[in-house]
Amino acid sequence: MAPRPDRTAKSGQDATAAAEALKHLQAVDDDLTAGRSLVPVAHPPAGAPPLHDPRMSDVDEWGRSEHMRSIARRAFDPMYSKWFRVEWEGLEKIPTDGGALLVANHAAAIPSDAPVIMHGIEKELQRPVYGLADQLFKSLPFVGVLWSRGGGVVAHPDNAYRLLREQKQLVLVFPEGSKGPGKLYSQRYRLRRFGRGGFIENAMRAGVPVVPIAVVGAEESMPIIYKNTTLAKLTGIPYFPVTANQIVFGPFLGTVLHFPVKMRLKVLDPVHFDVPPDQDRYSKSRIMDESEQIRELIQSALYEMLRDRKSVWFG
Amino acid sequence: MRRVLITGLATFWGGLVAKAMEADPTVDVIIGLDTREPEVELERTEYVRTDENYSILSRIVKATQVDTIVHTFLVVDSTQMRAKTMHEINVIGTMNLFAAAGATGSSVREVVVKSSSYIYGTAKQDPVWFTEEIPRSHPPKERVERSLEAVEGYVRDFAVDNPHVNVTMLRFSNVLGPDIVTSISRALELPMVPKLAGFDPRFQFVHEEDVIRSILFVLDNHLPGIYNVAGDGLLPWTEVAKLCGKRTVPLPTYGAQYTTLPLNWIGKPIGEEMLALLKFGRGIDNRRLKEAGFQYNYTSAGTVKAFVEAMRLRSTVGTTTPTYRYERDVEQFFRHSPAVVRELEN
Repeated sequence: MAPRPDRTAKSGQDATAAAEALKHLQAVDDDLTAGRSLVPVAHPPAGAPPLHDPRMSDVDEWGRSEHMRSIARRAFDPMYSKWFRVEWEGLEKIPTDGGALLVANHAAAIPSDAPVIMHGIEKELQRPVYGLADQLFKSLPFVGVLWSRGGGVVAHPDNAYRLLREQKQLVLVFPEGSKGPGKLYSQRYRLRRFGRGGFIENAMRAGVPVVPIAVVGAEESMPIIYKNTTLAKLTGIPYFPVTANQIVFGPFLGTVLHFPVKMRLKVLDPVHFDVPPDQDRYSKSRIMDESEQIRELIQSALYEMLRDRKSVWFG
Repeated sequence: MRRVLITGLATFWGGLVAKAMEADPTVDVIIGLDTREPEVELERTEYVRTDENYSILSRIVKATQVDTIVHTFLVVDSTQMRAKTMHEINVIGTMNLFAAAGATGSSVREVVVKSSSYIYGTAKQDPVWFTEEIPRSHPPKERVERSLEAVEGYVRDFAVDNPHVNVTMLRFSNVLGPDIVTSISRALELPMVPKLAGFDPRFQFVHEEDVIRSILFVLDNHLPGIYNVAGDGLLPWTEVAKLCGKRTVPLPTYGAQYTTLPLNWIGKPIGEEMLALLKFGRGIDNRRLKEAGFQYNYTSAGTVKAFVEAMRLRSTVGTTTPTYRYERDVEQFFRHSPAVVRELEN
């Protein structure tokens, strides 16, 4: 066993002390290579084959399963192309490689925009999309598992950083949170507050662009005509709605089935931030400014698209 | 030369660490503390019986001039004992241990504590991977988590007060392997594996061999700080059951602790901290220890496979580990009798 490194040498400025410490490290290394180490089990040699990993499912670390996703895609595709008749504009602006944070407006009691965006990108670009969402999903039995297998991830800054920076994935987030889908029909297409700008900070830290997406149609797919705060509080969900769908389709089918609205999505120009990634802190005022600018970008794109829209049902 | 003190010699980990150290000629003296007699055959480790909160510890440290303490005597399985005993062992034991190690003129220069990933808790708002810096998101509910939090507090205080001591805290993920018995291994050995209805959390495992190797690795490389120790990869609980060749049986989401009561009566209890994991699971980031040079021998799935193979062998030929009984006089004779020829000393 090599002598213990001198503590003062570690912190000291002295060049000789540093050399001493280096020598000690060398000695430790020699110890290891000479087989005199405390470790009784030999390390695998460098360049050894990867460890045997007998997995039996394709569920990744985020809970997403490509197998489950392909089943979901097959089930949802008629809805996507026949029911909502989704049309994209500017899909080429979504990067085909590298991480990017997709940001969109959020609407409908059961938001129809999230599956449409995820399905569309996976279908057209053959890239997986991970959707950051409220932890509420994870705590719902059965729904939580399906949500997770379908690419849902709890919106946590650390999760976002790993997905965007380390794994260079496409990540979808709705900065309005539950305030977007929870608004009444009379408030449609008026964007809510963009949270606390956390998505900007995540994109800055990960060094990825934000790609804004404006969605028209989702608002009318399941409009909320009445909300009950007491029931929402009692059940612990963000809003407890009565939707127009429940009146038209009846209380059961109407709870899950969207109206066959025409959905149009417009991808806006990616926003790059001229800041170095991996910083501990970013300017709060800059974050709020950028967040507000992106909100205004989406808001004005929505107004423009609504000016051109002749019919809710046919676009 | 090293002089090592191991707490919890009669526990699974204490015994294995002592055994591994005996093979190393650079370790001069090994002293093992426990309330019970050791359960593995040891050649030169000196066993000292103590009460569970180590009231004689400062005398032992002073008398033996140990420079290294390996603190493995932390109970992270609530099914092993009553809450009060666990508190005595984990909290009071650690407090006394560090009080003795931090006394003026103490010879201790290196401390390794075997903590657990239970310190991070498990909740819906948690990140997929916990790094060593991410604090838990909610106050601890389970007894194990509460006592671990107190323990880590003492360890941190000791590290701050004694900057000349290398203090290493290893946080281990769920351990599986051929020999260890935990709430998880018991659950997986049942004819049908319990799960919570509507939940399929992801689990991470570390092989018992990698646990021992990591303890020896940090001792060998003088690595102060906190390190997560866990195999690569996260497995859904249903896949773990599948790897074991078992079907799952859903328990009600609320009141699951009552439905598992019959398991306590047949001696296969599942701890409350394990039931909590069955809802949201937990992942810990193992990259810091890897960057320090440690190489794992098993991934999470590989660990489950090793466990399954041992389980199959056990179900065919019965228990394979030889039973050993500590005989005080015999052990004393081999260690201290002038009649025994000892090669090590020459």
